[in-house]
Amino acid sequence: MSVLLDNLDDFLSRFGVTLGLFVLSGVASMILGTLLAAMRVSPVPAMRTVGTGYVTLLRNTPLTLVLFFFALGFTKLFFYLPFFLLAVVGLSLYTAAFVCETVRGGISTVPAGQSEAARALGLGFTQTLSLIVLPQAIRSVVPPLTSVQIALLKNTTVAAGFSVVEAGGFYRVVNEQGGSTLVALLWVALGFVILVVPLTAVQRRLEKRWSVAR
Amino acid sequence: MSDATPMVRMAGVNKHFGALHVLRDIDLEVARGEVVVVLGPSGSGKSTLCRAINRLEPVDEGSIEIDGRPLPAEGRDLAALRSDVGMVFQQFNLFSHLTIMDNVTLAPIRVRGVSRSDAESEARVLLDRVGIGEQSGKYPAQLSGGQQQRVAIARALAMAPKVMLFDEPTSALDPEMVGEVVEVMADLARDDMTMVVVTHEMGFARRTAHRVVFMDDGEIVEDTTPESFFSRPATDRARDFLSKILTH
Ligand SMILES: Nc1ncnc2c1ncn2[C@@H]1O[C@H](COP(=O)(O)OP(=O)(O)OP(=O)(O)O)[C@@H](O)[C@H]1O
Ligand SMILES: [Mg+2]
Repeated sequence: MSVLLDNLDDFLSRFGVTLGLFVLSGVASMILGTLLAAMRVSPVPAMRTVGTGYVTLLRNTPLTLVLFFFALGFTKLFFYLPFFLLAVVGLSLYTAAFVCETVRGGISTVPAGQSEAARALGLGFTQTLSLIVLPQAIRSVVPPLTSVQIALLKNTTVAAGFSVVEAGGFYRVVNEQGGSTLVALLWVALGFVILVVPLTAVQRRLEKRWSVAR
Repeated sequence: MSDATPMVRMAGVNKHFGALHVLRDIDLEVARGEVVVVLGPSGSGKSTLCRAINRLEPVDEGSIEIDGRPLPAEGRDLAALRSDVGMVFQQFNLFSHLTIMDNVTLAPIRVRGVSRSDAESEARVLLDRVGIGEQSGKYPAQLSGGQQQRVAIARALAMAPKVMLFDEPTSALDPEMVGEVVEVMADLARDDMTMVVVTHEMGFARRTAHRVVFMDDGEIVEDTTPESFFSRPATDRARDFLSKILTH
């Protein structure tokens, strides 16, 4: 207990950073991933190519490399950004590839008759996608999308390697004080579990609410 | 456009699915206020013909006009033209994530720019007309097939279409629900709606259609009045078709 209580401020502020990384990257990756999924089903071949290329590249690159590029390359090539923001951008870009593939899987479960009915009423491609297809697609992939977001939450610890003071690095502080690393890691693990609980609660609520519609 | 311009005009239309020639030199005109029933055996191209009219199925050759305007290529103009052509599908295709009210008001609001309150009061009139007035807050899955199909008709009517296309609107329904949908369609016909109806409902064809178009193997084989089609079919193919459907 003393491991935690002696460093409570540090522990909490680190989880605050983790939460910040997660929420910002979570929202950004959902938006970007959905846009990418839209590109991948677009009638315009160039859009599809860009979408496919993006997913192939980002999904097959280890997250550490993606973050490395942003931590080192981006600052060198473009302009200075705080490590926290670089980590958010890197995590968002990486996670968006997984969101994209999940949403695309959802799109393929929406019956063709839904978009035909929309087009027959005079809705254009973008309206059909955003008003009819995507809302149904996302409803059908709530569990796998939650898994992608939980993976993102855990992936935020990789940012510790790039000077972002987040929860995954807590054990080092304890270690330097001569405290038990193992105990510190257990506290961090517990912290992550506590963060995941509301996520799964949201998942269950959404699943329940949306099951009425089908 | 003058009253003499046909509402739908197809001329020399051909369509292939790979090697399969599904529409062969189709010439078809549907006048304003006319109800045309399309009959034919399974696979004869009835659905493809119906879907070609609003270009859900693009054709290889020939011209298609709605109210004197040729069908534009895919894009904004086509969407605008489709908004004037109502379509009712065999599988209803109501938007499953939206309430009945939202199903009916979506296109008027998003395509026509009608205000929500105007769209909703118009939707209430239409839903009452098809007998679904009480159910507007429900989701499609909570309604019976017959109710869903009547909502689908109301959804199409909400765009005030110039012509309505029906592709086997009663084929997915339990027998006891066919009547309520046929009733709504007959009601539309009485109000002089221009209609193209693919159906196996011979009762509707006899009583309500002004013309029967009989298709076989991608061709229009007969194009005549219901009275002459059912009592004096001119071709062996039509006689054969009628003997099959009338014996069961
Ligand atoms: N998307 C498609 N790809 C390939 N072939 C198709 C496609 N749609 C229809 N066909 C074929 O084209 C032919 C005509 O089909 P269509 O659906 O127009 O017939 P139909 O008269 O409506 O039949 P039914 O009474 O069974 O609905 C059939 O042989 C069908 O198998
Ligand atoms: Mg058919």
